[in-house]
Amino acid sequence: MKAFSTLLDRLVLTPSRNGKLKLLADYFRDTPDPDRGYGLAAIAGTLDLKSVKPALLRELVLERMDAVLFRYSYDYVGDLAETIALVWDQERKERVPDEAEPSLSAVVTRMNALGRTEVRGAVRDLLDRLDPSGRFAFLKLATGALRIGVSARLAKQALAEFSGMDVTEIETLWHGLEPPYEPLFAWLEGRAERPVLATPAIFHSVMLANPVGDGDLANLDPADFAAEWKWDGIRVQMSSSGATRRLYSRSGDDISAAFPDVLDAMNFEGVVDGELLVGGTARMNSPTRTFSDLQQRLNRKTVNTKMLEDYPAFVRAYDVLFEGEVDVRPAAFTERRKRLAGLIDKTPHDRFDLSPLVPFSTWEELEAIRRDPPDPVIEGVMIKRLDSPYQAGRMKGPWFKWKRDPFNIDAVMMYAQRGHGKRSSYYSDFTFGVWTEGPDGDVLVPVGKAYFGFTDAELEVLDRFVRNNTTERFGPVRAVRAEPAHGFVLEVAFEGINRSNRHKSGVAMRFPRIARLRQDKLPADADRLETLMAMIDAREDTR
Amino acid sequence: MKPDQLLRPAPAGLYCPAGDFYIDPVRPVARALVTHGHSDHARAGHGAVLATQETLDIMEIRYGADFCGTRQSAAFGERIGVNGVTVSFHPAGHVLGSAQIAVEKDGLRIVASGDYKRGVDPTCAAYEPVPCDIFITEATFGLPVFHHPDPKTEMGKLITSLRQFPERSHLVGAYSLGKSQRVIRLLRDCGYDAPVYIHGSLARLCDYYVSRGVELGDLRPATVEKGDKTDFRGAVIVGPPSAFADRWARRFNEPLIAFASGWMMVRQRAKQGGVELPLVISDHCDWPELTETIRELAPQEVWVTHGREEALVRWCELAGLPARPLHLVGYEDEGD
Repeated sequence: MKAFSTLLDRLVLTPSRNGKLKLLADYFRDTPDPDRGYGLAAIAGTLDLKSVKPALLRELVLERMDAVLFRYSYDYVGDLAETIALVWDQERKERVPDEAEPSLSAVVTRMNALGRTEVRGAVRDLLDRLDPSGRFAFLKLATGALRIGVSARLAKQALAEFSGMDVTEIETLWHGLEPPYEPLFAWLEGRAERPVLATPAIFHSVMLANPVGDGDLANLDPADFAAEWKWDGIRVQMSSSGATRRLYSRSGDDISAAFPDVLDAMNFEGVVDGELLVGGTARMNSPTRTFSDLQQRLNRKTVNTKMLEDYPAFVRAYDVLFEGEVDVRPAAFTERRKRLAGLIDKTPHDRFDLSPLVPFSTWEELEAIRRDPPDPVIEGVMIKRLDSPYQAGRMKGPWFKWKRDPFNIDAVMMYAQRGHGKRSSYYSDFTFGVWTEGPDGDVLVPVGKAYFGFTDAELEVLDRFVRNNTTERFGPVRAVRAEPAHGFVLEVAFEGINRSNRHKSGVAMRFPRIARLRQDKLPADADRLETLMAMIDAREDTR
Repeated sequence: MKPDQLLRPAPAGLYCPAGDFYIDPVRPVARALVTHGHSDHARAGHGAVLATQETLDIMEIRYGADFCGTRQSAAFGERIGVNGVTVSFHPAGHVLGSAQIAVEKDGLRIVASGDYKRGVDPTCAAYEPVPCDIFITEATFGLPVFHHPDPKTEMGKLITSLRQFPERSHLVGAYSLGKSQRVIRLLRDCGYDAPVYIHGSLARLCDYYVSRGVELGDLRPATVEKGDKTDFRGAVIVGPPSAFADRWARRFNEPLIAFASGWMMVRQRAKQGGVELPLVISDHCDWPELTETIRELAPQEVWVTHGREEALVRWCELAGLPARPLHLVGYEDEGD
């Protein structure tokens, strides 16, 4: 565990990308199998570890120490896992000798073999045998809250750096392999052949686009690019090989079970990239339905007949990665597009259609089209280089996304909650509300929660306001003063808005973030719920 | 004699009514007894100062020859009468010259420990337990979260980082009195014999340590002769943390900021300070050392001062020892 916990300690505090790559590459080089494979999995988010509830950890620590002393400690440190890691020894001075420390693989194997009733004893024993930094790493893994500022992509980049192999090669294999990745390391170190994947219908990392930034397009020739609509569904990958058919989310989660209607219709061989939507296809001449309709079908393990009838799903195809067994990713976009059209043509009309291209000749023209899309389920345009191959990851240059401008409202801060990790000592998660008519005059009704969009300096301002204006506390949450003449106005930007019967206000925002602090405004100047309702109506009217 | 006739908290610091003197007063007084040379304990402008020779020397280095009216040096263990009260100085193991002060009259003895630590430190005399009726302890790291690891293990992290990032200048933040010299000494004890570059504010104190027999090896000023950043590639530079936010720090090649302090035990402290390599090296007691010292001395009463008083007072209560916080002001807990 020592090598892994030391790595985590360094990664958390290393700001530079190159520094992180170096630390990771050294770790992969110096750590034996299978430990390094589990370390890789922990960082890339593919480690499956029996989870431990924070409540159990609290119980374990209070078995051995005074509750008041624990509270003082927790208040000071601000993070439960770190507090427990640090206070576990209490007055005990002697250190755990390194040899007696269980390895990361021993921890993972042991935890995953436990029955329900054995967890408590095993966690206690592991905490006894690890040093503070090992305890911290273990607790973060077991509570599923490892935040170290390293993406899976960066971990793969480090593998490339350590082995001299190309990162796209590693990406290609990635989803067919499992922790502790011994065949992968053997291949990377030149000790074995390239691993052969067991099932051909594996997930392949998807190609992502960068948002169009200021001046990005100015030096690019529109003639080198194609444009298509960016649909407001979820990005998926369909994989079909012989009898094996799979539907994956953009991050590689297998969501096949919830979409038998799509799966049954996948009569092609190959791997296709597209947008999962609800409604009818263009080939059937029926309208595409909204994201909130699609949400009825998401995050379900199974689906009933009524759901299938009321919310029929289909895929609007964007790209093809494999045609049969042939990897067509190196081919140019225009070539792949031709192949995709041929492939989709032979599929059932009600389940698949081809995302149409949007003709344009200048960026100004495209800008106008983007601002006024013909369908409410369009959230912008995608711009793709005609000669670009299909490359996993988010490369700058070949693909851009140009979203419709976000919505903005002024809302009033109502509650604040302490953040996590780097922000554990700040109130950084904000619930905000807008005015609506109550039985005794106007009241604020919460409409969303946002925890990013502000700078560190702005966070200081927000945090100070929370601390100085707390009216009530509920655990980690504070209610703050929010009166017409006293309070904090936040300009909130969001990507979309829908009706919701799960929220008291009746609305649900997508991707809300804090766009600006409006200290120049009084809460009385903030928006009203009717304004938000009108935004939803306006969207629905354009259909 | 009642304890508060012998020592009690007053606005200027810990006051002895029977002997009419203060211990570590935070503002100028007629007669001061000083435990050690850190600036929140040793201030300039007192009438008479009684302290160890090293502490007097350090005060002179920091404040100039006229830092007080008259001065008297106390040898460890020597019993000195001050207006009918007997005082004696005993090693505290905090920094060079640091002492605990025992104050006695009519059979009552109170020990004001100042800042102290129990861990091994070759740069100063080791702490000695002094039996007493009332023990006044600091509580800088008075929370069960604080466990200072073996300082050599911590220094090993710096050595490893120098090997991993040989192109980067390693800037080690360390308090200018005590911590800096201890860090340099630890580096030497870990076999690092390359030159160590020091910030100008450390030079005289380092020289003084060397003159008192603490070997620090090849020390050089961290100044750029020809304005070439690459001069300090892979070098260790020691300076006060305050200098790192300064223009001074920008002269180094891809600086990697390390900080030697007991506070580095808590990740958020390191992160908020922009520290890339925390080194948990402290000149104060950690929680096991504080509690072990109190158990060992078994005084009739414990008074707790600067730091996290409430937790240590709570611990004493649980251990069945009468304890109270002193609420002295003016001592910063950043001095580690």
